[in-house]
Amino acid sequence: MAPNGAKVVASQAELDRRKVVGVNLETVTDVTSTDFPGHWPGEDHSWSIEKFREACSVQFYKRSNLETEFSLIGVDASIANAYRRIMIGEIPSLAIERVYIYNNTSIIQDEVLSARLGLIPLTLPGGVRKLKWCAKPEEGEEVESNDSNTIRLSLKIACTHNRDAAPGERDPLKAYHHAHVYARDIKWIPFGNQVEVFGGEDAITALNPDILIAKMRPGQVMDIEMDAILGVGSDHTKYSPVAPASYRLLPTIDILKPIIGADAEKFSRCFPPGVIELQPISKKEAAKAGSGYEGHEGEKRAVVVNAMKDTVSRECLRHDEFKDKVRLGRIRDHFIFSVESVGQWNSDELFLESVALLRNKAEALQAQVRALPQ
Amino acid sequence: MAPTATANESPAPVDADFSMNDAADFDQPIERDENDPANRGWLQGAHSIKTLPGSSETAASFQFVKEDHTLGNALRYIIMKNPDVEFCGYSIPHPSEELMNIRIQTYEGTALDALEKGLSDLIALCDEVSAKYVGAREAFQSQVAAV
Repeated sequence: MAPNGAKVVASQAELDRRKVVGVNLETVTDVTSTDFPGHWPGEDHSWSIEKFREACSVQFYKRSNLETEFSLIGVDASIANAYRRIMIGEIPSLAIERVYIYNNTSIIQDEVLSARLGLIPLTLPGGVRKLKWCAKPEEGEEVESNDSNTIRLSLKIACTHNRDAAPGERDPLKAYHHAHVYARDIKWIPFGNQVEVFGGEDAITALNPDILIAKMRPGQVMDIEMDAILGVGSDHTKYSPVAPASYRLLPTIDILKPIIGADAEKFSRCFPPGVIELQPISKKEAAKAGSGYEGHEGEKRAVVVNAMKDTVSRECLRHDEFKDKVRLGRIRDHFIFSVESVGQWNSDELFLESVALLRNKAEALQAQVRALPQ
Repeated sequence: MAPTATANESPAPVDADFSMNDAADFDQPIERDENDPANRGWLQGAHSIKTLPGSSETAASFQFVKEDHTLGNALRYIIMKNPDVEFCGYSIPHPSEELMNIRIQTYEGTALDALEKGLSDLIALCDEVSAKYVGAREAFQSQVAAV
C-alpha cells in the first residue's frame, strides 16, 4: 500500500513494458508474471472478472476441420498452459486398446504389431459423444464391453502368389497379393445398433488408409480382432485427439536506431520473409534533425511489418552492425495457439472442450472443498 | 393396493420440498451428463481432496488426488491473485504418485475460503474465455464468408 493509502495506477507505457519478455543473445529476461497483489507497491492486481473481460481477447487466423490457429490474449501462462495440457492429455478419443491375435505368422512380433495397431488414428462419425466410456476392468474382472462403448475391428489378411504376375517379377507388390498390409485392410465389424448410430456399414475406418502396418511374403497370414475404446492422452498418446496442440508467444522487434542501406538489406535477411520490409526514406524524414536519417533521402531503411512471422532465431543479434540498434522480445500474455486435430474432433471444438473440462473440474472440486471439515 | 393405482397417482410435487438452501446443499453430488466428454475424467476415478496434517485455519496444505500441473499451476495463479493470500504454492511430491499438494497461507480469512474462492474465480475465468472464443470464432466465420 502506498504511504498515503492512495492506490497507485501504473501508466499504460509501464504496463506494456512489463508485458515484454526480453530475448537477448545469450539470456532471457523478465520471464515470470508480476501481476499479483503485493508485487508492485500500492497497485491493485487482485482478481476481477471485469478487468479480465477487458484484457482478454481471442483472434482467429485459420479455421478448418483439422487445423485451427488463433491468439489468446490477456491470460496468464499458467491458464493457457492448462488448456494446452488438457487438449493433449485429457480430452477423450477413440483408439484400439485390446488386440486378439488368433494367428500372426508375419515377421512382426505380436506385441510390436499390437502397439502399431493402437497408434492408427480412426474415424468416428458424429464424434466421441456417440460412445460411452468403457471402464478398465479391475484385476481378474471381465471387461464390460457392449455396442455403446466398444468398436470391434478385424484384420484378416493372407499373402499369396500372384499367378498373373510376369515371370521373374521382382516387385513384391506385383509378384504377390497383399505383400503390404495397410490400414485400409482393417475392417469394422458393427454389432448391436452401431450401424444406425454411426451411419453405414463402413462409417468407422482408419483415417488414413495408406498407413503401412506390415510387410508379408506368400504363406504368411494375419487373423486379428481388435477392440477400440475411448481413452485419454495422459494414459497413452494414441488417445490424444491433437497432433499436437501448441502455443508460442507473440514476438516483438524494436528497431531502436535507424538501420539504413546495405545494413537494412542484411537486417531483413536475418528474419523469415515478410517480417522486415525495406522502405525508402522520405524527404521529410531526412530533413528532420536528430532522426538519424539526415542526408539519407531515397535510401532504404528497415521497417518491422509483421513480427508475428518471426521465429525469434536471434540471428540479428549476432552481427556487430546491429549492436544496440535492435531489441527482441516476446509478449508474455499473447499466446498464438496452433491446434491440429487428428480427426475425431473438429479442431476448433478442441479448445472449447478444454475450457469446459477445466471448468467442470473446478466445479466438481468446489463441491468437495465445501464438504471438507472446516 | 393394486400396482396400477400407484402408477396413476401423480408424483408428489418435488419443487415444494426444495428451498434455495437445498439447491446449494454441499452433500449433493453435482448431476453430471455421462456422455459429455468434459465430464468423463471425473466419472473415471475418485478425485478427492484432503487437508494435510499440521494445517491451521490460516495456513493449510491440501492434497488433490489424480491432479497434476494442469490444475495445480492454474489454481496457484488464481489463488495468488487474491489479496487476502500471503502465500500460495503447489508441488507434486513424487512423479510416480498421482498427487498434487497446494499450500495456502492467508492474511485474512481461512485458507479453505481462499481455495474455494480460487475455484470459483477459475470457473468465472473459463466462462469468460469460452465466451470470447465463441465470439471471435463467429466474427471470423462471417469475415471469411464476406470475402
